[in-house]
Amino acid sequence: MPELYHYLQQLVNGLTVGSTYALIAIGYTMVYGIIGMINFAHGEVYMIASYVAFIAIAGLSMLGLDHLPLLMAAAFAASIVVASAYGYSIERLAYRPLRGGNRLIPLISAIGMSIFLQNEVLLAQDSRDKAIPSLLPGNLVIGESAMHGVVISWTQILIFAVILLVMLGLTLFISRSRLGRACRACAEDLKMAGLLGIDTHRIIALTFVIGAVLAAVAAVLLGLQYGVINPQMGFLAGIKAFTAAVLGGIGSIPGAMLGGLLLGVAEAFGADLFGDAYKDVVAFSLLVLVLLLRPTGILGRPEVEKV
Amino acid sequence: MSTRLRTALFSALLVLAVAWPVLGLKLTTVGIRLEVHNASPAMLWSIAAAALGMFCWQLGRDRLAALWSGAASRPAVPGRLKEVLSLPATQRWGLLALLVPALVWPFFASRGAVDLATLILIYAMLGLGLNIVVGLAGLLDLGYVGFYAVGAYTYALLSEYWGLGFWTCLPIAGAMAALFGFLLGFPVLRLRGDYLAIVTLGFGEIIRILLRNLTDVTGGPNGIGGIDKPTLFGLTFERRAAEGLQTFHGFFGLPYDSADKVIFLYLIALALVLLTLFVINRLLRMPIGRAWEALREDEIACRALGLNPTVIKLSAFTLGACFAGFAGSFFAARQGLVTPESFSFIESAVILAIVVLGGMGSQLGVILAAVVMILLPELMREFSEYRMLLFGALLVLMMVWRPQGLLPMQRPHLELKS
Amino acid sequence: MSALLEVRDLAMRFGGLLAVDGVSLSLGARQVLSMIGPNGAGKTTVFNCLTGFYRPSAGEILLDGEPIQGLPGHRIARKGIVRTFQNVRLFREMTALENLLVAQHRHLNTNFFAGLLKTPAFRRSERQALEFAHQWLERVGLADGANRLAGTLAYGQQRRLEIARCMMTRPRLLMLDEPAAGLNPRETEDLKALIGLLRDEHGLGVLLIEHDMPLVMGISDRIVVINQGRPLAEGTPAQIRCHPEVIKAYLGEA
Repeated sequence: MPELYHYLQQLVNGLTVGSTYALIAIGYTMVYGIIGMINFAHGEVYMIASYVAFIAIAGLSMLGLDHLPLLMAAAFAASIVVASAYGYSIERLAYRPLRGGNRLIPLISAIGMSIFLQNEVLLAQDSRDKAIPSLLPGNLVIGESAMHGVVISWTQILIFAVILLVMLGLTLFISRSRLGRACRACAEDLKMAGLLGIDTHRIIALTFVIGAVLAAVAAVLLGLQYGVINPQMGFLAGIKAFTAAVLGGIGSIPGAMLGGLLLGVAEAFGADLFGDAYKDVVAFSLLVLVLLLRPTGILGRPEVEKV
Repeated sequence: MSTRLRTALFSALLVLAVAWPVLGLKLTTVGIRLEVHNASPAMLWSIAAAALGMFCWQLGRDRLAALWSGAASRPAVPGRLKEVLSLPATQRWGLLALLVPALVWPFFASRGAVDLATLILIYAMLGLGLNIVVGLAGLLDLGYVGFYAVGAYTYALLSEYWGLGFWTCLPIAGAMAALFGFLLGFPVLRLRGDYLAIVTLGFGEIIRILLRNLTDVTGGPNGIGGIDKPTLFGLTFERRAAEGLQTFHGFFGLPYDSADKVIFLYLIALALVLLTLFVINRLLRMPIGRAWEALREDEIACRALGLNPTVIKLSAFTLGACFAGFAGSFFAARQGLVTPESFSFIESAVILAIVVLGGMGSQLGVILAAVVMILLPELMREFSEYRMLLFGALLVLMMVWRPQGLLPMQRPHLELKS
Repeated sequence: MSALLEVRDLAMRFGGLLAVDGVSLSLGARQVLSMIGPNGAGKTTVFNCLTGFYRPSAGEILLDGEPIQGLPGHRIARKGIVRTFQNVRLFREMTALENLLVAQHRHLNTNFFAGLLKTPAFRRSERQALEFAHQWLERVGLADGANRLAGTLAYGQQRRLEIARCMMTRPRLLMLDEPAAGLNPRETEDLKALIGLLRDEHGLGVLLIEHDMPLVMGISDRIVVINQGRPLAEGTPAQIRCHPEVIKAYLGEA
């Protein structure tokens, strides 16, 4: 059954990439759900988080502290802290001063922010690819052999496990905690929530930070999977994750998760079919197709205009 | 601890968290190992200084703000001036006043300067075209460079495979770009505005990916070279004419001067910009121009009055794309070479920055912004690596402080004469 | 012979909420039909269904016998149904005159090249549009404010401008959503005269949502009372005035 194995392998690879898209997509979807705007600089937060993770790992290895759990913990901690700082700063600098005006204006300022961040890293860290060896070598083979079977690396298993945990945590936070409830209230009606005494500035900043944290988690995991980073990576990752968010229905968190997985799988099979160079074309065509057929996405609610 | 102290501390830590890991530490590949080193001491000191500065500013910001507001109560005279400057009539006269020197100047200037001016004119045209979409219709198009690429490759391919000349291809290139704009805009413009931004962004990238990978047709990363320059009614500006053609200097009995070609290209670019200006000025006074404005203000009211929002937006989007197509085919003719890398997202960002800096909807402003945006990097070569960084910062700062641009223009109002 | 507007069993559901249920209306040309009812009864929702802003969950809407339910808003407007809004929706940054020109968009020469070259046909079309607009500005008493930005007009003037703007589309049916809200008694009188003029001289059907009872009673040919999304009563002003159900709904049980 080599055919079947081949497709299963593509499915596993697609799901791996897709689940990280899903994490980044949640950042887009949460911000959109509350202020109705795209955080254009989100992809750059992901890129910066990847650099910080690599810096943490490389730094500790230089000190001789290459104990695997320690490296992982440090990478997660460092990139989450720095990404949160970036998420918060982006909101403060490029969104908050512009609230309530023409919708085009924050969009443009966020694009400026994105260009700025990409070039900041480009100048500080140069444009060459940076690579680390795999921290978690080894594979799990399902089937007779690597040639006739499905190969799942331990990194991939780690990715699935961590993402499952993070999603669970996020769902609990949104549905159970006080702040999560405030977030939902703001998504429902920002003005009303403000009138009821919720500090909406704080909640908006919080969604930027949550999005940044999830992007940081995705950055560490994808960094482990691919082992290569460069300053341009945020751009494409951002487009992909946004596509995933639209695919699933922007504003909906489960939608972003589903959209991410679907996009990852579609890309894997698309690349298999048309060649690797056209992977991004597949993702983009999917976006246009979804907008054409079902503008609200798979799980999105149709918008009712207030006339 | 007082709230203010806590805010100040938090802000300072924020600056450290944002700046130190990315700017203060540098990843270097040594052999096959990745190592982390400290950045230059100057950089580390400036990060520390920035954090300290933030701390002090947050502590004393109320007092500073009070000082500032005391000093900033300026008289309102510039307000009058601003009002006059933003009148459409003033700007029209401003443009006309610029025209005469623009026509005479190249005959006395150096070849390099004229060449640079041609480049500025290309960007002015792109800025004006994008201004139709962003400034007049209020649609954010981030893949404008995609249509520019379509125009450039249309001419390059037609010239390469069928040997068609520039003047034949110019309208075809415009039409092709408009067609792409139409096909892309049709599904997307029915939806909320933000989708357009991201879809056009993706579109720009896809065009580039296709151009790079369809090697058989487009020459892949190497692009297409040897594209013919425009001719003047069949007279070429090369030293020797191809068979069946005549040279410009031969026809007029002049000595050959390679600067003629540069000046001729400059004049074509100027003519194209003037054409664009003329069209935009008419558009503002046509029903469609009014409909764009109305749609920007209240889409629901427009629908209730029987205006089809999709068609109206599509017309702006298609028209904008068409001008990018014109500019693209001229670009191909000027360079003689097109490669996919000339059409990266950066270009879209530069064009957008021109529109934003000039003032959305303003013609004179966009032209001045094109001059600034293209000339400044040329003048400050030593800072060229900071160019994009500054662009990014400029976009943010402009939006925060002066979203209407440096030289905004009021829309010409139709007056009822009694 | 069919009525100008015929609505049968209209229903609109938002999730679990049935905002409008079983509303039927019938309106001929040269008639004023008023919809009254407490706030939140679903009157504006009916408007939004009729003008294509909502897609009704059930029911039929016929304009001159032709079904129009589910069509997009601009198509319905082109068939001759235009409306005003509860909170005035003018193009505030455009002059009063330009507001009226935008509304004539469909009737103008929108040929791109004609406009570019200012052909005689284009000039003629623009001139006619200006004249038509001016005519209506005078009719609603706004000729002096023609070149003022719509957002700077007084509230009563804005209301009248919005009606004039509707007339630019050459409608058959005009729907007014609380046109008298915020007007003083004199302005309300003018409004009443204007609605009468639209009905009698321009042959329009007028569908009116209004809380100002003297206005409703004075101008309506028929009245429909809606309560909690359901039709409560229908009849002439005289019948409605002494309808027991209506009195109960409005005054509560005595």
